[in-house]
Amino acid sequence: MRKLALSDDILLKVDKPARYIGNEVNSVKKNPADVDIRFCMCFPDVYEIGMSHLGIQILYDMFNKRPDVYCERVYSPWPDLSVIMKEKKIPLFALETQDPIRDFDFLGITIQYEMCYTNIIQVLDLSGIPLLATERTEEDPLVIGGGPCTYNPEPIADFFDLFYIGEGEVVYDDLFDLYKECKKNGLSRHEILVKMAALPGIYVPQLYDVTYNEDGTIASFTPNVEGIPSRIEKAIVMDTSKIGYPAHPVVPFIKATQDRVVLEIQRGCIRGCRFCQAGMLYRPTRPRDVNELKAMADEMLKSTGYDEISLSSLSSSDYPDLKELIEFLIENYEKKGVNISLPSLRIDAFSLDIMSKVQDIRKSSLTFAPEAGSQRMRNVINKGLTEENILEGAGMAFEGGWQKVKLYFMLGLPTETEEDIKGIPELAEKIARRYYEIPKDQRNGKCNITISTSFFVPKPFTPFQWVPMCTREQFLERAKLVNDTVKEQLNKKSMKYNWHHADVTILEGILARGDRKIAKALLRAYELGCVFDAWDEYFDVEKWNRAFRDTGIDEDFYTVRPREKDEIFPWDFLDCGVSREFLYREYERAQQETVTPNCRMACSGCGALKYKGGVCVENKN
Amino acid sequence: MKIRIKFSKHGCMKFIGHLDIMRYFQKANIRAGIDIAYSEGFNPHQVMSFAAPLGVGITSDGEYMDIRVNSTRSTADSIKALNDVMVDGMEILEYKKLPDDSKKSMSVVALADYYMYPKDEDEMFTDITVLSNKIAKFMAQPTILVTKKTKKSEKEVDLKPHIHAFNVDFYNSRQEECLNQCAYFLSVTTGSEVNIRPELVVSAFYDFCNAEFKEEAFQIHRQEVYALENDKYIPLGSMGENIEAAE
Repeated sequence: MRKLALSDDILLKVDKPARYIGNEVNSVKKNPADVDIRFCMCFPDVYEIGMSHLGIQILYDMFNKRPDVYCERVYSPWPDLSVIMKEKKIPLFALETQDPIRDFDFLGITIQYEMCYTNIIQVLDLSGIPLLATERTEEDPLVIGGGPCTYNPEPIADFFDLFYIGEGEVVYDDLFDLYKECKKNGLSRHEILVKMAALPGIYVPQLYDVTYNEDGTIASFTPNVEGIPSRIEKAIVMDTSKIGYPAHPVVPFIKATQDRVVLEIQRGCIRGCRFCQAGMLYRPTRPRDVNELKAMADEMLKSTGYDEISLSSLSSSDYPDLKELIEFLIENYEKKGVNISLPSLRIDAFSLDIMSKVQDIRKSSLTFAPEAGSQRMRNVINKGLTEENILEGAGMAFEGGWQKVKLYFMLGLPTETEEDIKGIPELAEKIARRYYEIPKDQRNGKCNITISTSFFVPKPFTPFQWVPMCTREQFLERAKLVNDTVKEQLNKKSMKYNWHHADVTILEGILARGDRKIAKALLRAYELGCVFDAWDEYFDVEKWNRAFRDTGIDEDFYTVRPREKDEIFPWDFLDCGVSREFLYREYERAQQETVTPNCRMACSGCGALKYKGGVCVENKN
Repeated sequence: MKIRIKFSKHGCMKFIGHLDIMRYFQKANIRAGIDIAYSEGFNPHQVMSFAAPLGVGITSDGEYMDIRVNSTRSTADSIKALNDVMVDGMEILEYKKLPDDSKKSMSVVALADYYMYPKDEDEMFTDITVLSNKIAKFMAQPTILVTKKTKKSEKEVDLKPHIHAFNVDFYNSRQEECLNQCAYFLSVTTGSEVNIRPELVVSAFYDFCNAEFKEEAFQIHRQEVYALENDKYIPLGSMGENIEAAE
């Protein structure tokens, strides 16, 4: 019987011991002695969040298909356990074998959001791996990062030996083969890293030097060894039949945030919303073959025993064979008690018809994401949704029996005026009025409109990467204006308004467009006790302020400073397929309030055409 | 058709709580291709109920779950199909058809057997004869009064009528966790009306001996669960019949 890393005493004391014992359905068992490479995959947040992530499931499945690799998993221990581990000096361990992570060849960390950066440091710390890459020895695992935040890896560059930029399906096989060969030939850690840095999509931070101008902006970014590229291009899968999927996903014992089969129907998005980083990073849009998807759905439902399946993509309504796929799922699985959970679809006759088949209309709500309140503002951000679309969709839904509506907006968008802000509650009011147009005897009491706003954070590789973000006070003024306007409206009793905390947004803004200088503030914040910053109950703005103060970081430099057209950004050495010229053109069109057509309507020359696939070549044999 | 399934729970699975074990079996039934019946309504769920929820940290060879199926394979085939999709530490031991008019297992549970063994050295077990004598004296008391604490109240209970057996025995687990392990064997009243936890008895015994009782120093293991039928305690599993061929 497998021995656990934690004693019964500890496991019975902490919340949800199932987070730490492994042994889940479909988790992979191998004898570590039979493999050449031990890889530990980490999602630096709590188990229930990490287990919901499709990317890890794909890589776990893919790596373990190799007989010479054993891939295991680890997540951030919840604070009740991390305190005990520190006190009793228990090293962080992988779930499968319960072996210390320090004994592995690789520690892979997926970096999905900025607010997990201190958790990354904690994972290294609890593992007993030196926090800075330059201080690691031949005994330590190679720490490799992947995921969306690696499109600006600089704030966390010091903590990683290497980053994998792009989609995991492409280069990992070569990386493992190279590692084996290097080990066989007795190469040193440094030599191995230099060789890896020559692979496409691989970035080894310590092999690049950054110099700064007097004003703190970047003067140069150059390799400090021969034979590695000065610009690193993302790895991308162009043959959609090669996009990985976990045929046997690991099924947690405890309820995960996403506790169902997830079917990835396409990568990328045709829409080109100017605030959206994912919409730029994953170009071109690559829909998967619908027949392959049907077979995958069947296989995953059978291998897991889940009674729910959901579709995943950035914009499911744009998937060409959506109708066929959903009808297949309903026809084949609904009778068997399988729930079809729909992603947020564009509200129209088709989606309402489907929703009425798979959901309880009275309980379910409609979701609209207009993102901005006025048409002018929506043109600035290139969000194609119009007021007519929304009112027509809501009208149809209300007639069909729905009465709950959720609306998502952003505040603090570039060029935003008071009128744009007031447009948010005004749009909600129009929707409410549309509901009350239905005769009283035909409607079901009050309607229920929830308005949620988040604060806008400019992200790298978007047309808004140049813009200053709002200050904390400006954000809160805007939220207050929405709140006050809601209260003045006729149908205020049918509305509820939620807004986010501004402090977290400011931090996210600093980290999103930060440079290497930020690393020391991250370290300081961790020393001061910051961890689980994505969790309201643990986020402590005072500690963060102190960390920036102690390390001489000027927060405003990263957030509210306007950036010149040709400033060298920390992430400029990466090539995500979309050109900087395109992004700047889009930035200018935003200022002119001009909408850019989506990829299916017309090509706007973003640069992703060079990959010669997906939507770029649709209907053009 | 009603089916009663008996299973064991060992190793790290003892950390998975009752509700999660239910969710685990809902998925396992699908993976094993059990033709389980669903309830009516907008959110149909599998018709499934458990005899006596097991606390976190306790291992067992005597867990019972009742399900309703539309059709079934033989007992042997069903056990194999389920065991093929089990994780380490979970094993299906019985799969039996119940008479249509049988009551829910939950409502007939009356008694359970437990082993309780020290995880490390325990002075009490140095001399088995001495220990057995102490237990005999403990059991010879006219009443064994303890205070039972619930979330809401405290009340005094006499344990004596609820202890059907209490002695020293050797425990051998199915899954090699331990062999010939000296343990307390207890047979105590179980069910929805009166439910006596074995550690309550052993704790009272340690008080009686003026010894310190540390709950976390023991591993509790449930061996079997019984119903009372015609004044006789019979294992829940014996209330059903093996299925010879698919029906």
